[in-house]
Amino acid sequence: MSNQALPRPRFNAPEPEPGVKAALKIEARTTPLLQGKVSEIPDVVFSWAMRLCGLAVVGLLGLIVYQLVVGSQLSWHAFGWKFFWQSDWNPVEDVYGALPFIYGTILSSLLSLVIAVPLSIGVAVFITEMCPIRLRGILSFTTELLAAIPSVVYGLWAIFVMVPILREYVQPFLGKTLGWTGFFTGPPYGIGMLAAGVILAIMVIPIISSITREVLTVVPQHQREAVLALGATRWEMIRMGVLRNARAGIVGAIILGLGRALGETMAVTMVIGNRPEIAKSLFAPGYTMASVLANEFTEATGDLYLSALIEIGLALFFVTIVVNALARLMVWSVTRGQPARSVA
Amino acid sequence: MPDTKSNAKTVVPEIHMPAVSLRRRVTDHVMTGLSVLTVALVLLPLFAIFAYLVYKGIGSINLAFLTQTPKPVGEPGGGMANAIVGSMVILAIASVLGVPFGIGAGIFLSEYGRNRYGDIVRFVSDVLNGVPSIVIGIVAYGLVVMRQKHFSALAGGVALAIMMIPTIARTTEQMLLLVPQAIREAAYGLGVSRWRTTISITLRTATSGVITGVMLAFARVAGETAPLLFTAFGNQYWNWKTDQPTAALSLQIFTYAISPFDEWHKQAWAGALVLIVLIVSAVAAVRIAVRHGTLAGA
Repeated sequence: MSNQALPRPRFNAPEPEPGVKAALKIEARTTPLLQGKVSEIPDVVFSWAMRLCGLAVVGLLGLIVYQLVVGSQLSWHAFGWKFFWQSDWNPVEDVYGALPFIYGTILSSLLSLVIAVPLSIGVAVFITEMCPIRLRGILSFTTELLAAIPSVVYGLWAIFVMVPILREYVQPFLGKTLGWTGFFTGPPYGIGMLAAGVILAIMVIPIISSITREVLTVVPQHQREAVLALGATRWEMIRMGVLRNARAGIVGAIILGLGRALGETMAVTMVIGNRPEIAKSLFAPGYTMASVLANEFTEATGDLYLSALIEIGLALFFVTIVVNALARLMVWSVTRGQPARSVA
Repeated sequence: MPDTKSNAKTVVPEIHMPAVSLRRRVTDHVMTGLSVLTVALVLLPLFAIFAYLVYKGIGSINLAFLTQTPKPVGEPGGGMANAIVGSMVILAIASVLGVPFGIGAGIFLSEYGRNRYGDIVRFVSDVLNGVPSIVIGIVAYGLVVMRQKHFSALAGGVALAIMMIPTIARTTEQMLLLVPQAIREAAYGLGVSRWRTTISITLRTATSGVITGVMLAFARVAGETAPLLFTAFGNQYWNWKTDQPTAALSLQIFTYAISPFDEWHKQAWAGALVLIVLIVSAVAAVRIAVRHGTLAGA
C-alpha cells in the first residue's frame, strides 16, 4: 500500500515495471495478488533458450575441432606423425614438414617469457605491495592499456622503431659480449627471432602482470602481517609471505601468457623474418606456426598444401588448449573459483 | 616513493625489533629498486608506442585519408575510407551475431548454471578465450568462405563473433552475479515469473556492467587482423555487399606496414591512429551513454 505521507524509500535498483506497479495497487483488495494463472510455458522456453546459448559455447569448441580435424585429414593421411618431425616445407614438390614452425613458435614464446616474467612479476609486486594507493589505480590501468593495443599496431611499431634499435645498438652489443655462446651470432638484421621474442614479451607483460596482481591480492593480509611481525623486512615479507603463497597462481599466470605468445600472429609475422629454418642464433630469421598460416593460407594452391596448413592450425589449437586449460586450473586453485579476468 | 604508506598498514615500532642486519636491509632496498625499475621498463614501450603513433599518425592524416580509397603505388594521396567503413560493417555483423549468444550464455551461467553443466560451459569459454585468433580464422574460412566460394565481410564477421562470445559470456555472468539475490526474490515474491525477472530485473540492474563487458569484447576484436586475413581478405575499392571481399582497417595497416613504400608506411601509421581512436571513442561513447541513462532501458 503506498502511503503518500511517508517518503518512498529510494533504491538504486531500477523502478519496477508498470505492470508490477499495477499489481501493487491490487494488493489493497483482498483478492489474490495475481489473478488468472501464469503460464509456465514462457519460463520453460526462456530457460531452454538460455541453456541453448550455453550449449552453443560448448558447440563452438566442437565446431572448431571438427573443422580443423576434417580439414587436415588429407595431410594427416599423407604424412602421419612424420609431419611434425620433418623440416622440409616445399609447396612446389608438395612435401610438408612442420618442424621449423614448431621450433620457431616454441623458441619465440620461451624467449618472450624469459624477458616478460621477471618484469611482470616485478610490476605486480610493485603495484600490490609497494605502490602508494593513489598510484595503484593509474599504474594498473596503464599496464592494462598495453593489452588494448591491437597486435598489428605493435607490429607496426616493432618494424619501424624497435627493429632499428635492435639492429643498431642491441644486437651488436649482444654479439660482442655474448657471441661466444652461439646464440648471438651472425649478421644483425634486426628482424629475426630476437625481435619476435622482444615484441611478444611486450605483448604478454600486461597479461602476466595483471593476473599475477589478482593472485597477489587474494593472499590474505594476515599472512603479510604475520611475517612482518616476525621482524622481516618488506622484501622478506614479499618473498616469504606473499610470493610463496601465490606460487601456483603465478605459474598459472605465466602459462596463460605462454598461451597468448604461442598463438600471437600479426606482430610476430611482421618482425620474425618468415624463413622456415632452424637456426641456433637468435639473430637469424625464423618462422612460427601462426605466421605461416597468416602468410600462406590464402596462397595455398593445392589441396594438400591447404590441408597441411590446417594441420598446423590444429596442432597450434591443441597446444594452446592444453596450455590454457592447465593455466586456468592453476589460477583457479589460488583464486578459488573466481576465474582470473581474461585479458584481451 | 614506496614507503611505510604501502598497504602493509601495520607499522611495527622499530624499537621493539631486533636490529636488522645490513645485508637484509641492502637486499630490501635492492629489491625495491629492481621492482621500480621493472615498472619503468614496462611503461617505457607503452609511452614509446603511443608517442610514436600520435607523432607519426597525425602527420599523415588528412581529409583525403578519411574520404578516399587507396591509390596505386607511386600516386600520392589516397586514403582508407573504404577500410574504415569495411571495419565498421564487419564489426556490426560480428556484434549482431555474437552479442545475443554471448549474453544468453552469460545468463545461463549466472541464472541456470550454478551446477556441473555450468562449470563445463565456464571452463570451455575460458579455454575458447585462449584459442589463437588465426585458428578462428581457419574455422570461419571452412564455415563460410568454402561454402560461398569467395571471401566476404560475413566470414570476417563470423570469425570475430566466435571470438566475442566467450568473452561476453564470462563478463555478463560476473555482472549478473553482482546483482543481489534479494532483488530477484523480491520480484518472485510479487509473482513475477522467472524469465521476466531475469530480463526486467536482473539484466536491467546489471545493464551498465553487461554493456561494459560487451564493449571490452568489441574493443578486443576491433583491432584483430589475423582472423580477417582469409575471411574478409581486404579490398582496394568500395564494397557494400556483405558477400564480397571487404577491406578492414587492420588488414590495410598490415599490408601497408610490410610494403616497401614510404608513402604506404605513412598511411599505415595514420590507419593505426584512426583504429585506436575509433576503438577508444566507441568504448567511451557507450560508457557515457550508459552513464546518462540513454540505454538504461536496454
